[in-house]
Amino acid sequence: MCVCVCVCVQSGPASLPAEDISTNSNGPKQDSLFDDDPEDLFAEATEEVSLDSPERDVLLSDGPSPAITPITPPCSLITPHIDMFTHCSFDEIEEEEGGDSFDMHISVSDPEKVGDGMNAYMAYKVSTKTSMSLFRSQDFSVKRRFSDFLGLHSKLASKYLHIGYIVPPAPEKSIVGMTKVKVGKEDQSSNEFVEKRRSALERYLMRTVKHPTLLKDPDVLQFLESSELPRAVSTQALSSAGILRMVNKAAEAVNKMTIKMNESDAWFEEKQQHFDNLDLQLRKLHASVESLVCHRRELSVNTALFAKSAAMLGNSEDHTALSRALSQLAEVEEKIDQLHQDQANADFYCFSELLGDYVRLITAVKGVFDHRMKTWQKWQDGQILLQKKREAEAKLQFNNKPEKLQQAKDEMRELEGKVQQGERDFELISKTIRKEVSRFEKERVKDFKTIIIKYLESLVQTQQKQKVKNIIIIIFSISY
Amino acid sequence: MRSCYGLICGCGALWDVVSALPLQPRAVNVDLQTDATLQVDISDALSERDKVKFTVHTKSTLPNFKQNEFSVVRQHEEFIWLHDSFVENEEYAGYIIPPAPPRPDFDASREKLQKLGEGEGSMTKEEFTKMKQELEAEYLAIFKKTVAMHEVFLCRVAAHPVLRKDLNFHVFLEYNQDLSVRGKNKKEKLEDFFKNVVKSADGVLVAGVKDVDDFFEHEKTFLLEYHNRVKDASAKSDRMIRSHKNAADDINRIASSLYTLGTQDSTDLCKFFLKVSELFEKTRKIESRVAADEDLKLADLLKYYLRESQAAKDLLYRRSRALVDYENANKALDKARAKNRDVLQAETSQQLCCHKFEKISESAKQELIDFKTRRVAAFRKNLVELAELELKHAKVTMT
Repeated sequence: MCVCVCVCVQSGPASLPAEDISTNSNGPKQDSLFDDDPEDLFAEATEEVSLDSPERDVLLSDGPSPAITPITPPCSLITPHIDMFTHCSFDEIEEEEGGDSFDMHISVSDPEKVGDGMNAYMAYKVSTKTSMSLFRSQDFSVKRRFSDFLGLHSKLASKYLHIGYIVPPAPEKSIVGMTKVKVGKEDQSSNEFVEKRRSALERYLMRTVKHPTLLKDPDVLQFLESSELPRAVSTQALSSAGILRMVNKAAEAVNKMTIKMNESDAWFEEKQQHFDNLDLQLRKLHASVESLVCHRRELSVNTALFAKSAAMLGNSEDHTALSRALSQLAEVEEKIDQLHQDQANADFYCFSELLGDYVRLITAVKGVFDHRMKTWQKWQDGQILLQKKREAEAKLQFNNKPEKLQQAKDEMRELEGKVQQGERDFELISKTIRKEVSRFEKERVKDFKTIIIKYLESLVQTQQKQKVKNIIIIIFSISY
Repeated sequence: MRSCYGLICGCGALWDVVSALPLQPRAVNVDLQTDATLQVDISDALSERDKVKFTVHTKSTLPNFKQNEFSVVRQHEEFIWLHDSFVENEEYAGYIIPPAPPRPDFDASREKLQKLGEGEGSMTKEEFTKMKQELEAEYLAIFKKTVAMHEVFLCRVAAHPVLRKDLNFHVFLEYNQDLSVRGKNKKEKLEDFFKNVVKSADGVLVAGVKDVDDFFEHEKTFLLEYHNRVKDASAKSDRMIRSHKNAADDINRIASSLYTLGTQDSTDLCKFFLKVSELFEKTRKIESRVAADEDLKLADLLKYYLRESQAAKDLLYRRSRALVDYENANKALDKARAKNRDVLQAETSQQLCCHKFEKISESAKQELIDFKTRRVAAFRKNLVELAELELKHAKVTMT
């Protein structure tokens, strides 16, 4: 019984070249994928794998239990996969694409637990490799902790948000996660938490330095270069500064509802609408993707349980052929389990994280729009005040009170200056926002394209593993 | 094997005919002979608000039926009545009574449909139609499954050399009026519950008795272990399939969100989004089909053998009960002989018990051997089919 299976292989010879595929996909494939249909990824080379192919020999090294031997090929397929998620930052692609002359590579690595008990924290190594003249050296690294990142963000936000720059939001605090780490639980979930935070910090830094204005900010330079950084205490969740922040945020939200802006610029209105829609859609998508990841994890757990149960069932069967069949079924199920697990990881780290980032980014964008509204409001208030003062001055003039008149005239001049400043501010913020939004959109398109391509690539890798699984199934059905 | 397909006649993948395996000459003879004499199937089924009406169609050349081919409409309760009548019949104590089909359960599906109807306003038209189609497909699948299970029950009875001659069975097949079998009311359900408790307590007592016959002793231990493991495997496979279905639902939602994003986006990202959305759609279809297949081949198989191994355990219990009765009768006879009183009475009762016990033992042995062959064949067939289906799906995923 010879069964031929038509499989689609991305490239390369018939032997399973696991490492080849992962490096190939990051290299020259990248450019073609940017322009062509990603579906071409799959329609590459169709290969007929008959059972007399070399793969079969690899897998059928023994007689009795052929399904057991091919453990090695799947394992070697798994390693390049793990490679993928430690390099979830987009800088490699950035360099290869060779767009603008941006030459900077930041990586956050080596999470280390420093201290003990509730005062413990994780220290991350921030390494920068660059050839830009802004920096003192080409290759340097510093140790930072999470509150340092938050401190950097709050400084940048206070400096730039109100003049219209979209400052990338920092990763969120997680009291539960951190407490687990502090307590010292060395289990899967706390490792995952640290890994998730590490990659989020890396993405945050890369996004911040990609912004041309933020890159030149002295705080950023200090953060990246200086070995000692003053501790940012005001970022603690339960500090007085934190509570003040929360109160301010609530007040702002109320204010926003009362401002009714006279939008004279259609571009802004359209963009506002666009971001509102995007926000809604991305949130929904993010929720679904997270739910999928959760269910896939559940599925892999349940499949593992079922595999064990089926193996036990196989053991209790008297009839030896059937028992062998059942235990083989159990093994196939376990391999499917591994497949699902890997798929879940891939899904989680790339897609969901990016979506989360963008949901927060869009909140920042909306914040910038709100600042513009506030600037407008200030300007309008100034104008109204000026108007009132003018009326008061006219009245004074009418009533002929010279000293008060002079004072009023001075005040008015001051106010006129302020109003003009307000108008200039408004113009400036509008211009800045336009530039920022177009930059943001470009980045968004690039990021999403990259992530989708990465996801499709991981899908291809999954299918390679599927190929192995299928061969196992063929063998299984042959033995009958 | 081909010749006995008549008996299977649409039974679905669940059941493999005993005669398919040329191991037991008796099985081959009997089934080949009875091939054309009695064929039962469920030709049609109608689902009304809270009950399902099955159309049982019989083709027979046996003289006891008035016609050669006829149909009647039956409901689930009537199937249960038939099953119970077998269980309560002392004559059939030595046979594995085919397990009763489970009640048709559309509650979950109906609930989901209702929830969908309520949430109609909050989703787009495409989403709504898609979800409605899915729910309808799910409803149809459950419906098909329940029809298959009722059919399997009837076919098993029809294939059994002794049970097929049962009068109640003939009435069930032929009497075209309502059998006016009402479902058990509360009192009867309570009675049943107590009966079960007594039975299981008794079962524990009786199980302690060591059997003289090695075959039965071995079967007892084996069945006990097997039953527990099948129960475990069945539960786990249910959970696995449920996770699969959940994942498929999620993928559906993701696909539609991506589609909306794609249509709304004005940059060239929209092309990407639409492509990925299509991909997700395809993945979902495949994953849900995989889940459905697993469900049909694996879960149903395990559930069926769970019920059937329970029936086999019941048989062993009855036999042990008869053995205990026999031993008690022997002791009574000895006591009577010693006292020289009521000897004749004790002798007759001992004869009766002995006779009953031997009858049960003989048929039980055959039944258990048949059970094993049937089981092995069914598992093999289903597993192979499952593997083939998985292969087919994998091929589709790759292209």
